[in-house]
Amino acid sequence: MRHVQNLSRRAFIVGSAAIAGGIAFGSYARAEHVDLTANGNPLTARLGPNSVSFNPWVEISPEKITLIAQHADIGQGVGSVQPIMIAEEMDLDPGQFEIRFAAPHPAYFNTGFADELAPFVAADQSAAAEEARAAMLEALRKSGLQMTGGSSTIPDSYEKLRVAGAVARETLKAAAAKRSGVAVADIRTQSGQVILPDGTKIPYVELAAEAAKIPPVLDAKPRDPSKWRLLGKPMERLDVRPKATGELKFGIDLKIDGMLFAAVKLNPNKGQPMKSYDASKARSMPGVKKILEIKNGVAVVATNSWYAMRAVEAIDCKWAPSTYPTEQADHWKILEASFKPKFLGKEWKKTGDIDAGLKGGTQIKAEYRAPYVAHQPLEPLNGIGIVSDTGMEIWVSHQSPQAVQSIAAAAIGLKPEQVTFHNQWAGGSFGHRLEFENVRVLAEIANQMRGTPIKLIFSREEDFIQDIPRQIALARHRGSVKKGKIIAADLQLASTAPFKGLLERMGSPTKDPDGQLAACLWNVCYDIPNFRATSYEAQGLSPCTTWRSVGASTAGFFTESFIDELIHAAGLDPLKARIEMCAVPTYRKVLETVAEMSDWKGPLGKGKGRGVAFVESFGTPTAEVVEVTVTDRGIRIDKVWVAVDVGKVVDPINFQSQVQGGVVWGLGHAINCELTYAKGAVQQTNYNHHEAMRLYQCPEIEVRGLENDPKVRGVGEPPVPPAAPALANAIFAATGKRIREMPFNKFIDFV
Amino acid sequence: MIELTVNGIKRQVDVVPEMPLLWVLRDELGITSPKYGCGVAQCGACTVHVGGKAVRSCQSHIGEVAGKSVVTIEGLGNKDQHPVVQAWIEHQVPQCGYCQTGQIMQAISLLELIPKPTDEEINQVMSGNLCRCGTYPRIRAAIHAAATKMAGK
Repeated sequence: MRHVQNLSRRAFIVGSAAIAGGIAFGSYARAEHVDLTANGNPLTARLGPNSVSFNPWVEISPEKITLIAQHADIGQGVGSVQPIMIAEEMDLDPGQFEIRFAAPHPAYFNTGFADELAPFVAADQSAAAEEARAAMLEALRKSGLQMTGGSSTIPDSYEKLRVAGAVARETLKAAAAKRSGVAVADIRTQSGQVILPDGTKIPYVELAAEAAKIPPVLDAKPRDPSKWRLLGKPMERLDVRPKATGELKFGIDLKIDGMLFAAVKLNPNKGQPMKSYDASKARSMPGVKKILEIKNGVAVVATNSWYAMRAVEAIDCKWAPSTYPTEQADHWKILEASFKPKFLGKEWKKTGDIDAGLKGGTQIKAEYRAPYVAHQPLEPLNGIGIVSDTGMEIWVSHQSPQAVQSIAAAAIGLKPEQVTFHNQWAGGSFGHRLEFENVRVLAEIANQMRGTPIKLIFSREEDFIQDIPRQIALARHRGSVKKGKIIAADLQLASTAPFKGLLERMGSPTKDPDGQLAACLWNVCYDIPNFRATSYEAQGLSPCTTWRSVGASTAGFFTESFIDELIHAAGLDPLKARIEMCAVPTYRKVLETVAEMSDWKGPLGKGKGRGVAFVESFGTPTAEVVEVTVTDRGIRIDKVWVAVDVGKVVDPINFQSQVQGGVVWGLGHAINCELTYAKGAVQQTNYNHHEAMRLYQCPEIEVRGLENDPKVRGVGEPPVPPAAPALANAIFAATGKRIREMPFNKFIDFV
Repeated sequence: MIELTVNGIKRQVDVVPEMPLLWVLRDELGITSPKYGCGVAQCGACTVHVGGKAVRSCQSHIGEVAGKSVVTIEGLGNKDQHPVVQAWIEHQVPQCGYCQTGQIMQAISLLELIPKPTDEEINQVMSGNLCRCGTYPRIRAAIHAAATKMAGK
């Protein structure tokens, strides 16, 4: 094995990120502990005897076939579809391979971010746009950034994993040809075996040693989708059975011999240290082994999690005050005062003459608000860590493997490559597992307990209190209508900057404007002759981060509600007008499809209403129609129709589940969730304060996937943004009441 | 020592009597299908059967469970043959799956009480089980399917 340049200590500058629509990774400190081999395959260095790996995703030993999942499974089903994409090409059946999550390595850089980060809207597929995306792809390759997020798993994997499988298949055939003397063209593969013309079957595992001795067939091409056995067809997610029987182990379920259990109490004034503490009560409580002071709080190590949580509760802490306003009302005041040049993020788009356009018709103005919201996946933040004199080993579910290494290392004075990371199945994330509080704290605790494995679990309350929320945002939109047409829209919002915040905490701060605040602002697809889209970035508020669908989760509500207001002011039908105004042919098809699915015929009878919304986010156009009924107990959500164009539906059942889940997420949080600060801490500390949707409120959700986009798109987030505005627009249609602030239950009751 | 029966096997644990059953199962007995979600009976992820009834194990003190019979999904016996589990697999209910063992144990209890529940009855019994991924449409469908399967036996 030839070692080439070890990249682990280099910091790359993503130079062309400066052009990235205002989003930059800046310099990303690299952190991997596996030497690159000649072909950049991290698996090669760890192969056992008589084993082979053709690329970073396929490993075959004489005993078994292992397929590597580089994207973290946070419930979205990619622990299944990633290996299935490889298995499709390798002619493997479910059950014939094991799945392993990837270790941190630049070979797993995410190609799927290129489109989102290039400074062009998704609908622009011109040569110039494609060139910028290609440049961004190269920047990403250099950065080596391995991250799950931005609905990018399928866009990243669709081509490369099928190629990875095809290369494996063709190389195994070549090995069989060499052994048997038969021409490769006469050899086929089926069900984990190479089949010779005389019917002789050779299992792949028996060819591993020979395949290792020949060069991989790198020009292998994936098959045409018309030949697919598994993809594009209804299939059982590989994790459904172990999840329905309780056999699947999540990160929180792992056990290591000799481990002790930790719980923490951290400063609720996020990011600030602890001043002092009194643990006299906790010390004598059952099961307590140690009480440890950590950077921003205190930890109890005990013989089980409950003893640890109970004891840490009994510790009295004095906290340093918050750097952001202690009271929620002051957060809103800062936002209100942020529409000033000093806080300008960027003017993302300007067409026509906005001032003349606004004056040229009947002007409409509206202010919209979206609060901080928590992520709160049902599996709380946790992790197992063990620190020795040579490094740290950490078992945790996370979307940013390299960042886990660098954050843990920085917390305890190690180098990133001294941290060995084992990714775990996650009980949800919604953006929560892109942040690091559990990682940093676990490193600190394990470092003080060297040699003892420590399992840390955040109590639900601690998880809420430390949750870095979705951005808070305020929109001041203006527009005008004339003779049944929208002639101007001036879209302005002030918000905290979620993606910039995340990058900063990852150690890659940027001064560029946050591109997530352009989502559903500059990519409005309606033909409005005078148009302007501007973001302002509020300073000095709570830290914020990416929450399922990120910027579009708030701006989608603002913009699509406001467009609805303009449409009504122009005396038009909300859905027909959107179809009429839609300037992108494939997006128009999405709107037409949802009209057909819902049999849209304008206003319904008394007491019922329908609303529509359309948002393109992460490149995926999504239209939703929501139908509601006014009852004597409040609004009942009856039904939702969703049309989504992802270019190619690779896993149809999971596709539908993801879309339904996105709608439930969007509706549930719009109805009843907010985080509010008081005395520097969030006031909502469990699900009874932040409930989102429960079964009784869940409508029927009908889904249709379209395949008109020439690119393959993701669907984890795009169904979220249209849900809230479609509901608000439906409530307006049913009641005449326009709700301009989330959560809606502050203004109207729901059944 | 506190003695209880878990999935048909007598177990002894040496913990304080107010320790919740959930944490005894998970940390003391290594049975991980009951999940910690909220600790205050708001999510249902910890649902197990005690004395044949669905309970939130985060709210059941071990001292009160002493001598009783506890069944977790591990104790359903040949569990992927159980009609409710089967229906869950056929409808591919789980996304992240973290809440699903609690959902299933609650659904089994519902179907024992009401063999052919209406949507309204499903709403009433199952709304205490939170699912952050939004698998509700399939939970409803799987319960109806399981009811049909169980009626046919």
